[in-house]
Amino acid sequence: MTRALITGNQAAAWGARLARAEYVPAFPITPQTEIIETLAKWIDHGAMDCRMVMLESEHSMITAAGAAAATGVRVFTATSSQGLMYAMEMLYSVPGMRAPLVLVNVSRGLQTPLTLEPDHNDVLAARDSGFLQIHCATCQEVLDQTLIAYRLAEHHKVRLPVLVNLDGFYLSFTREPVEIPEPAAVDRFLPGYDAETTRFHAGEPVSQGVAVLGSSPYSYFRYEDHLAALQGLPAYEAIAAEFAAQFGRDYAPVELYRSDDAEFALFMIGSFATKAKDAVDRMREAGWRVGLVRPRLLRPYPDAALRRALAGKRGVAVVDQNLSLGKGGILHSELASVLYGQPDAPPILASFIGGLGGRDIGPEEFFEMIRIVRQAAETGITPPPRLLFTENELREVRKMQAIAHVERKEAAK
Amino acid sequence: MSEQIATIYKRMKDLPSTHILGAGTPMCAGCGGLQALHEVYDILGEKTVFVNAAGCMTLLAVYPFTPFRGSWLYTSMSSAPAGAQGVRDALDILLAKGRIPPEEDLAVAVLTGDGSAYGMGLSATSGAIERGLDFLYLCYDNEGYGNTGQQTSPATPHGAKTATATGPAGFGGYKKDLFAIWAAHRPAYVATVIGTEPLDLARKIEKAKAMKGPRLIIALAPCPTGWDFDPQQTVEVGKLAVKTGIWPLKEYENGQVTHTKVPSQRVPVEEYLKKQGRFAHLFAPQRDEATLAEIQAQVDAYWAGMEGEQ
Repeated sequence: MTRALITGNQAAAWGARLARAEYVPAFPITPQTEIIETLAKWIDHGAMDCRMVMLESEHSMITAAGAAAATGVRVFTATSSQGLMYAMEMLYSVPGMRAPLVLVNVSRGLQTPLTLEPDHNDVLAARDSGFLQIHCATCQEVLDQTLIAYRLAEHHKVRLPVLVNLDGFYLSFTREPVEIPEPAAVDRFLPGYDAETTRFHAGEPVSQGVAVLGSSPYSYFRYEDHLAALQGLPAYEAIAAEFAAQFGRDYAPVELYRSDDAEFALFMIGSFATKAKDAVDRMREAGWRVGLVRPRLLRPYPDAALRRALAGKRGVAVVDQNLSLGKGGILHSELASVLYGQPDAPPILASFIGGLGGRDIGPEEFFEMIRIVRQAAETGITPPPRLLFTENELREVRKMQAIAHVERKEAAK
Repeated sequence: MSEQIATIYKRMKDLPSTHILGAGTPMCAGCGGLQALHEVYDILGEKTVFVNAAGCMTLLAVYPFTPFRGSWLYTSMSSAPAGAQGVRDALDILLAKGRIPPEEDLAVAVLTGDGSAYGMGLSATSGAIERGLDFLYLCYDNEGYGNTGQQTSPATPHGAKTATATGPAGFGGYKKDLFAIWAAHRPAYVATVIGTEPLDLARKIEKAKAMKGPRLIIALAPCPTGWDFDPQQTVEVGKLAVKTGIWPLKEYENGQVTHTKVPSQRVPVEEYLKKQGRFAHLFAPQRDEATLAEIQAQVDAYWAGMEGEQ
């Protein structure tokens, strides 16, 4: 085991290397590119026995990834944002082929307007695809979850692709101390690829990804895939427990931080949850009984663990770094669907949208969110969804607009 | 005629006498694409995995049936060559690591219609050729989005009526020259074929099969449903496509284009056009002399440009 100061992107690359990925179809996109550049360097200089091929698009990249996994090798690939959207047709196609592979997504906001900075609308657009989703908060978690993801994808009762998500910039380009496990130890945790019956070879012809006619076989296979995804929950729990026993790092489906005795909880995913932890500590110092609940696994959704974690809480602030236009926060409505009608469900489930396009969420804002939830718990009235935006931010935009207007007038002269 | 390699297909009776692709597929009666696929598959053999894009032939393999004795992978409308890349690369990895013996290897063939080949899938094809992928691409070209009812595609010829070109003049655009586009990538091999010239087709597939790298085949696929002619006329329409010079049979290799079957006395194009309902408006209620002359002039100009080549 070595300890190194590496970025989230390098941690993802280490995950692929230690998993002994055999095939990497690739396409560059900010902020993911460092992952494939790191792998390319290792492959070119003999540190990694793997074949990498540059495709001409992410759509082709995911097609090649799925086809190679369906042929019988261990596949790794990575993308971000617009790339994930461009590949979306194939993201929905590969799971039905029951082709296990691991895709790392480095979250970045979606156009329009075009941005390079992170939020979760990209990865949540893949929410219903059949790719299982693991969300990371630290660089260490990125490496470790990539290893866990292979075990999960290739699990006999699952056999589905897995997406590991890390936030652009905040994790992708941030160096953190990361323990890099010994290859031999990883080999014990993650043995070589077993294609089971999903493979192409001459002696045993198969048809994969075929069409159906009629709703019965269609419904049947869709339900099969859904049930396989649900099997992913106990499978993940067992794999994570095994990982914890071997490497000493615990990745339960839901991370709980000071939430056991909390009256109020923050609920969020990704690297900003580390900011929330800091805010929880400060609020505790101020005498507020606040905790954090962070699902690592979004697909399959850890329903029971979330119900347990939030039972008896007086209120929850759901912080969505995404926006379903015309609806609101995606995590908020997902959480509501598992809490509604449950005994001991928190009476207040407040929605906050923030962190779009890399916008920071400051400690004072976490205080304000919990203040609003506390007040709501007193009155029993759920507050309307809140779009985080400060006067300073509005001033910043107004300045840009003023410049734009002046420039337009000048150009018109 | 280029005859650099010895062919085992010297006469019609040398062609395989039985097909390995099963019967009873959902293709239309008289499908010129299926005819070409039969002939191609007979030469390629069972140790082939077809990687398919959305089109008529996607319905060949419908759960739980397939007419193929070998393997099949459906991808999407635009990315079949990328699927072939993944399959080929994975097979190469498995072979290199000894996880499958050489006899378990498969030839990788992309199978798409013109909608994918000429349009949506062109970027993926360009990428696969540029990467030197070892695969064979078979495009069955029925000159329209046939599976959805023959809307105009990038392969639709000038003057043809389609489901989206229903006006008195038919389609105003011109058929894209996919052969030239593919050949411009300098792949190992590009050829045009047609099922109604089975000897020419067999020799080309035989040659392509023996090569490595990107090998791309466009089969003109007379389409009774989309072109509006009686299914029993498929062979006649196909033969006229060659005799009129509208569908030149040619191949590209080593930077050279060679015509493999040059019609000595070209039949006027209208003999081909008038067999098809999609061109009926060029003949009735009155002859559209201008369009007929334009189509004839284009064919004449093509072959005039070829003079001295043979």
